[in-house]
Amino acid sequence: MNFEFKVQGGDFVRAGNASSQVKKILKQLNVDSAIIKRVVVALYEGEVNIAAHAFNGIINVEIDTERILIKLDDNGPGIPDIDLAMQPGYSTASPIVREMGFGAGMGLPNIKNNSDDFKISSVVGKGTHLEITVNLKSTKEEV
Amino acid sequence: MRACPTEALRVIEGKAHLHANRCIDCGECYRVCPTGAIIVEQDDFQNIFNYKRRVALIPSVLLGQYPDNVTPGMVIQALKNIGFTDVFEVEDSVEYLIPQINEYIAKNQNKKPIISSFCPAIVRLVQVKFPWLVGNILLIRPPLDLTASYIRGMLTSNGVSNNDVGIFYITPCAAKIAAIKSPVGEEFSELNGVINMDLIYNRTLHEIKKKNVNKIPNSFLSDLSARSITWALTNGEAVNIDGRCMAIDGIHNVIEFLEKIENDEVNGVDFLELRACDESCAGGILAAANRFITAELLRNHAKQFLKPDQSSNNQNKLQKYEQLLMGKINLNRVEPRSMVKLDEDMAKAMKKMERVKRLMCYLPGVDCGVCGAPSCLALAEDIVQGEGAISHCVFLQKIMEQNKLDPEHSFRIMKKIWGTNRFYKDCDKPIQNK
Repeated sequence: MNFEFKVQGGDFVRAGNASSQVKKILKQLNVDSAIIKRVVVALYEGEVNIAAHAFNGIINVEIDTERILIKLDDNGPGIPDIDLAMQPGYSTASPIVREMGFGAGMGLPNIKNNSDDFKISSVVGKGTHLEITVNLKSTKEEV
Repeated sequence: MRACPTEALRVIEGKAHLHANRCIDCGECYRVCPTGAIIVEQDDFQNIFNYKRRVALIPSVLLGQYPDNVTPGMVIQALKNIGFTDVFEVEDSVEYLIPQINEYIAKNQNKKPIISSFCPAIVRLVQVKFPWLVGNILLIRPPLDLTASYIRGMLTSNGVSNNDVGIFYITPCAAKIAAIKSPVGEEFSELNGVINMDLIYNRTLHEIKKKNVNKIPNSFLSDLSARSITWALTNGEAVNIDGRCMAIDGIHNVIEFLEKIENDEVNGVDFLELRACDESCAGGILAAANRFITAELLRNHAKQFLKPDQSSNNQNKLQKYEQLLMGKINLNRVEPRSMVKLDEDMAKAMKKMERVKRLMCYLPGVDCGVCGAPSCLALAEDIVQGEGAISHCVFLQKIMEQNKLDPEHSFRIMKKIWGTNRFYKDCDKPIQNK
């Protein structure tokens, strides 16, 4: 199943819409709550990232019985140094964004922590592409 | 039908039908029903006479129902006139509870925010709509249950036979009744029955109007502390609990906020006081007086004391029965009973969701409710679950009539939903002017 959501840059009020919707869908599908939680947290961070840095973005959520795959594509400045951006605490958020309580530099690391597979690619001046996979029979649960 | 926060109501043959597993006993449907068709089940008042010691367990909001010239003392006298032998206040256990709640929160840092177990409709809401948050519910019994244990323990240790003690709760709401008849997190309830507050209000006021009750000046009979008196009002709990606490009343406000909690969008809150009714228990569906006036009156009662924990009489009388109460303070684990899933099996649930999505392409999205379901989405989900049909929609009926649906048949469908009488001329139908 596919679901698509649009995110506007700078619109923090509506950042969280997609994660709320996806949460409702996954609950209806009787997905394990621990897995839903990881999806929702990762997606919310992704939404906030688009709102904070990009002009606009599209989120595509693909659900099957094996995994949930989320693709986030934005039109924005892109990330010049992805390794640096992935470091916890590193942030380029503007002072305005920080004043709103966002931009602590934990977004990308947090997304990665909550996903089973995480891909990121970016073209400076064009935008950033994220792929987050959460497996339904998650390896993170097996001990 | 649309007043229901969990979409538990459907109209079939002109009557409201309740999906029991979705109902959280909040009473919102009772509040809005134009014909008074929804009743709140209670025990027969005569049942109190099956006991020698007939205890009326009253919530403080009862004393806030009466006109200005009726003092709390007069209400208690009137309760005794109509048959009770003892009158106790639910909030008797509040002073005892406050340190226990604070201790619980300090010990359960990993379960934040702790959600108060005070309002039974909220406990049920969390079970059906926010199943992940059941672990956050405060596993301490609310004042009503604890006070009932205290009264029973106190009377029996003073030589009264347990079988002679009949404790009857005077309830301002439907949820408390359900909580007593089918408790969550408890094996049994210590109460023997529940009587609706509107019935008690009528009977006691009748006694007072008949002048069977002496004028008792405004001396405050209750020995509750200021904060106990206001415990059942909005912010009654939250201001007395350590840490960052929030108080939210009104079922829709609560739902909106719990969505945020569930998404991890709100951090650092220690304790949530959540109440289903606007103005909390003062706004209970069985209350007689205006909720704002009741709340003001109780706050004025409380203002007689300089300090919130100060009382007119000996406070913390429960301490004497500490031994007895210690084993009874905790609730068992609260289990989720999720209503939202379309199917246990994810693959089947996905098929059903695809169907819902397809149906929503055709349903008009105006949520008119003529199909007997509260929204187009609710109808689509009902269809997928085999509990509805696409021909229940008036919009789609019109389209189907252009092809093969016999107009006579679509008329029969509407009669099936709304009852035959709905199609006769009726000048006496209940009309609510707003």
